[in-house]
Amino acid sequence: MSFLELKDLKIHFPTDDGLVKSVDGLTFSLERGSTLGIVGESGSGKSVTSLGILGLHKGGHARISGEIWLDGEELVSASQEHVRGLRGKKMAMIFQDPLSAMHPYYTVGDQIVEAYRIHHSVSKKVARKHAIDMLGRVGIPEPGRRVDAYPHEFSGGMRQRAMIAMALSCDPELLIADEPTTALDVTVQAQILDLMRDLQREFNSALIIITHDLGVVAELSDDILVMYGGKCIEYGAAEDIFYRPEHPYTWGLLGSMPRLDRERTERLMPIKGSPPSLINIPPGCAFHPRCPYSDRTQGKADTEVPALLETEGGHLVRCHLPREERRSLWENEIKPMLETT
Amino acid sequence: MTTPNEPLLSVQDLQKYFPVTKGLLKRQVGAVKAVDGISFDVFKGETLGVVGESGCGKSTMGRLVTRLLEPTGGKVLFEGQDITHMSQGRLRPLRRDMQMIFQDPFSSLNPRHTVGAIVGAPFRIQGIKTEHGTKKAVQEILELVGLNPEHYNRYPHEFSGGQRQRIGIARTLALKPKMIIADEPVSALDVSIQAQVVNLLEDLQNELDLTYVVIAHDLSVVRHISDRVAVMYLGKLVELADRKDLYESPMHPYTNALMSAVPIPDPARRNDRERIRLQGDVPSPLSPPPACRFHTRCWKAQAICKVEEPPLVELASRHQVACHFPEKVPQEAAEAVSA
Ligand SMILES: Nc1ncnc2c1ncn2[C@@H]1O[C@H](COP(=O)(O)OP(=O)(O)OP(=O)(O)O)[C@@H](O)[C@H]1O
Ligand SMILES: Nc1ncnc2c1ncn2[C@@H]1O[C@H](COP(=O)(O)OP(=O)(O)O)[C@@H](O)[C@H]1O
Ligand code: SF4
Ligand code: SF4
Ligand SMILES: [Mg+2]
Ligand SMILES: [Mg+2]
Repeated sequence: MSFLELKDLKIHFPTDDGLVKSVDGLTFSLERGSTLGIVGESGSGKSVTSLGILGLHKGGHARISGEIWLDGEELVSASQEHVRGLRGKKMAMIFQDPLSAMHPYYTVGDQIVEAYRIHHSVSKKVARKHAIDMLGRVGIPEPGRRVDAYPHEFSGGMRQRAMIAMALSCDPELLIADEPTTALDVTVQAQILDLMRDLQREFNSALIIITHDLGVVAELSDDILVMYGGKCIEYGAAEDIFYRPEHPYTWGLLGSMPRLDRERTERLMPIKGSPPSLINIPPGCAFHPRCPYSDRTQGKADTEVPALLETEGGHLVRCHLPREERRSLWENEIKPMLETT
Repeated sequence: MTTPNEPLLSVQDLQKYFPVTKGLLKRQVGAVKAVDGISFDVFKGETLGVVGESGCGKSTMGRLVTRLLEPTGGKVLFEGQDITHMSQGRLRPLRRDMQMIFQDPFSSLNPRHTVGAIVGAPFRIQGIKTEHGTKKAVQEILELVGLNPEHYNRYPHEFSGGQRQRIGIARTLALKPKMIIADEPVSALDVSIQAQVVNLLEDLQNELDLTYVVIAHDLSVVRHISDRVAVMYLGKLVELADRKDLYESPMHPYTNALMSAVPIPDPARRNDRERIRLQGDVPSPLSPPPACRFHTRCWKAQAICKVEEPPLVELASRHQVACHFPEKVPQEAAEAVSA
């Protein structure tokens, strides 16, 4: 069994408007020392997934089913207290907005000290020294002085770094970063991505990076999972997703994105329409109202939910189109269009 | 690209200092030099892209040229006319010609007004008579930006982010402007929707002969839509060139650093890229570093960079750079610089 395994995880929220199927049957696995990138548009269920793994929906009104195995332990059926005890040391999270994860009235140092001492019985002095070390490690200048600053005294990039320091202070075995650089400038984003890469190598932790930016996932991920409407629609090695994608939605994402590493194309190729509301997920294939190939699946597109099937060596695709047709579409139509003007 | 000799918009040594006050008496203790002496021209039919890190003065520049802010110094000329300190009354007809699109499609639309009222408002404010009535005119514009004209009576919350940005664009088009300043028009949108709006902006430019200034922090988007690109750092223009030249042979160290920081969506190139990593964040514009403002983060900085400000000069054809030690300078220009 892998270090982390999700099996058919479902997280649904009953609301006044109906049942929101935020995560609807997610299965994946991740080893220590590896990175999984989860991509998808807003509302596709990325954050609900990460909070779910951390057990943060427990005790709320969410309906959770399926299994989450972390290092041989099942967490969906575990008690809230037990999972809380795993947070920090076993698994930790970096959020998009560091202010929401840090307390405004305590210094950055006190917050790291606090987090550290939950799992380590050391004196405040030792913990403080550790906090200063961690701040230095993540590239905060003059950590000995900055340790006593409040979060609002830091710039956006420094706060993000401080939060990483806090998340890493107990050396977590699983780190989940939910849009960790979305609010940052590219220059600072590059520093943070370098930092996460280095720290992961050093601690050999398992990393999940969640983002809507295909460039960011390509920089870090070994495997990539593409989400749409609460479901995984394509999953494979980074090379599968970038060099031989087989799902029309993945093609759409690639066509929507102007790229600096290629000749400039005259025209972007957007996906028509907009992402679905998770209360009214389109029947059949959730992508069918936006899919240019929906008429090629013998009427199944809007009646039958396609299964997530292996196309080759660990590369999974959820689409009714026959494998040969998908491959030929990619090779002969999509790929040439992405590469030329 | 052909450039008519008369620029549509000409900005000369433009400045905006925001006073920083303290205490009850609001004593001025300093100034944020948000825009500190920038000059550029925008020609009819072209798109000028403006890039730079957060806080470097891009939005302030946009608000100055549309006169939503009063400049502290310098000049703004629109169609040759000096509008720098023109009164709001006299500006009104010009407001039709120069419109602004904002980043946030959620907060820039009044939630209590219907789409029809929002897109039709410019007609009423400017007192414009339309041939078949405002409703017809508004529905034509909705159609133009790819919205259903039958949605005339709907409210903004009934639309998605991309559709709201289209409503914002429809509103700016109502008065047939000559120029649109778009401040981060796609950065709040999902990737697939970003591409729709980028294509829409391009189609409208061709159809309506529009001139754009597009402010964005995404260097890939800016390369896609711009003819020329300006790079700002701490209130200054540090590089200005045709798109191809700027992206293929950036000369300013800051531009090089920005380009090298863009993540490349190609897993094979993860480890083979030569990367320039800037240290730290942008310094505060309250007390920007003297002389070359980039010297605190520049790996090429020498003693002169801390005492003498490099002027923005043309080092190659249509390629202006402000740096004492620029990269990839053509031979003749290199001699001129060192002479
Ligand atoms: N009304 C104001 N009063 C005081 N300072 C201001 C005001 N407006 C902007 N500033 C400051 O001027 C500088 C430039 O701001 P501006 O909004 O133009 O940056 P920007 O380049 O658009 O950044 P971003 O990419 O984050 O939108 C910043 O330091 C900002 O804090
Ligand atoms: N506590 C909740 N109650 C009801 N719906 C929720 C809740 N949390 C998230 N959702 C819904 O779940 C869907 C997925 O949200 P999220 O995972 O945050 O998306 P993203 O992929 O952008 O991170 C959205 O439609 C969101 O509105
Ligand atoms: S199942 Fe049909 S509608 Fe869905 S992605 Fe495949 S081709 Fe498109
Ligand atoms: S002038 Fe000096 S400090 Fe400024 S960018 Fe050029 S080399 Fe760097
Ligand atoms: Mg999210
Ligand atoms: Mg701005």
